[in-house]
Amino acid sequence: MKILVPIKRVVDYNVKVRVKSDGSAIELANVKMSINPFDEIAVEEAVRLKESGKVSEIVVVTIASEKGQEQIRTAMAIGADRGILVKTDAAIDLGGVEPLSVAKTLKALIDKENPDLVIMGKQAIDDDSNQTGQMLAALLGWAQGTFASKLDIDGDKITVTREVDGGLETLELCSPAIITTDLRLNEPRYAKLPDIMKAKKKPLEIIEPSDLGLDYSVRMKIVNIAEPQPRKGGIKVDNVDDLIDKLKNEARVI
Amino acid sequence: MSILILAEHDNVSIKTTTLNTIGAAVKIGGDIDIVVIGSNCGVVAEAASKISNVNKVILADAEHLKHQTAEEIAPIIVDLAKSYSHILAPATTFGKNALPRAAALLDMQQISDIISVESVDTFKRPVYAGNAIATVQSSDSIKLITVRSTGFDAVDATGGSAEIENYSVGAAVNLSKFIKQEFTKSERPELSSAKIVVSGGRGVGSKENFDLIEKLADKLGAAIGASRAAVDAGYVPNDYQVGQTGKIVAPDLYIAIGISGAIQHLAGMKDSKVIVAINKDEDAPIFSIADYGLVADLFDAVPELEEKL
Repeated sequence: MKILVPIKRVVDYNVKVRVKSDGSAIELANVKMSINPFDEIAVEEAVRLKESGKVSEIVVVTIASEKGQEQIRTAMAIGADRGILVKTDAAIDLGGVEPLSVAKTLKALIDKENPDLVIMGKQAIDDDSNQTGQMLAALLGWAQGTFASKLDIDGDKITVTREVDGGLETLELCSPAIITTDLRLNEPRYAKLPDIMKAKKKPLEIIEPSDLGLDYSVRMKIVNIAEPQPRKGGIKVDNVDDLIDKLKNEARVI
Repeated sequence: MSILILAEHDNVSIKTTTLNTIGAAVKIGGDIDIVVIGSNCGVVAEAASKISNVNKVILADAEHLKHQTAEEIAPIIVDLAKSYSHILAPATTFGKNALPRAAALLDMQQISDIISVESVDTFKRPVYAGNAIATVQSSDSIKLITVRSTGFDAVDATGGSAEIENYSVGAAVNLSKFIKQEFTKSERPELSSAKIVVSGGRGVGSKENFDLIEKLADKLGAAIGASRAAVDAGYVPNDYQVGQTGKIVAPDLYIAIGISGAIQHLAGMKDSKVIVAINKDEDAPIFSIADYGLVADLFDAVPELEEKL
């Protein structure tokens, strides 16, 4: 079985982002970049399936500038076998490569690579769209198991437990299928130094969107980006009685 | 403008998130139709027909639509789409799962999680975990949009008298099979629509100690929430999680107990009307956004609060 894992290069989870002063974009210069955390979970899940003997090859794909190679190498250090970078200078967070374009790119690659399963993050923590996996499943006509917290593969049988509002839902999907990961699916490992060294030697192919017959036209133009209205802090109360008084008589919420 | 709303329901009743979604449609302006997709859900269509501002209810009722999988819902939306300028769904796990599948089949770039309507084609949506707000303008001929329910007032569930039209459902796609559902049983109000939410964080210390939070919540008739740290520590299930990676809530009163106030948690509750923080660390970031902060040991303050309310 072959798995394809699309990953995205995003501003690291721990970085407090700043909006550029002209309101055109998020400041990305000299900011630490990482694999989108949900995608890292996807890579880990694929590697665990390979370690259990159910998977023979893991291919990671990213759409990014030249620098996207860094995230592919990180995924390889976790255990992916091969990488494909679709190189573009368009913005990948906002106002550039949109989820539908990403889905079309992935479909074109899947038509060539013929994987049996795609595992990817449920959303990227930059544009927060939560669309690409569902769109890709639609374009391929495949089943989708979104927001997965548990994945079982038994031959052709794919069983996925999904995190839905109010609890969990378990589905059996026809193969091939798209799985999108939620936080509790697994805890990604830290890559060890020897694996990081080994990753440098794994095959990484760089192609252009035009090689796949695609261009990244924008359908959803960014008019402006702004910092949210800050919420003002209030007061400190002295004790529980004071708190109850304020909630009853000042805020009138109880 | 003509707007189609994808109703969220459980084949028995309409979820309030649908009413907020219609609230967003009212801001766009135009005729508003609702599609109810499910099985044996005539009662839902009846309820939908009474919602104010609704022009027409379309009922797609078939056995294979019972579990409302995206694979079965999307073709119906695609079929109906040509009559509409906008198609809206709540930005819940239901809407997030189904709508992008329809958008891709229609070759439209969906606009996710809007919090305001600027014009018929321009919307505001939070990005980067709510640390920035993007104003986006869509050039697509049909705008498929998911709506963050806390951004829009719910319309009245009564007062309307729309006609109900039956949709002729095609054959099942059969790409996935429902196995089971495990819903957290609770007498308490639903987290995303509760008027009061009492949330606990890592400071609560254990699963057993969460009893304190539960007692206070029951006294107030509140829903229970938690920070991601409390979920990760195993104190409560994940569907209690409030934050960018969990649920977004905006109740009248949010009480954060033993929660330090990580950015990712604040993103999920900072639009609450009144925020109370109880924490023994007076430098906790939660105090910078709380209307009322109480620096105290939660193990003293919470039982006292519960007793005196």
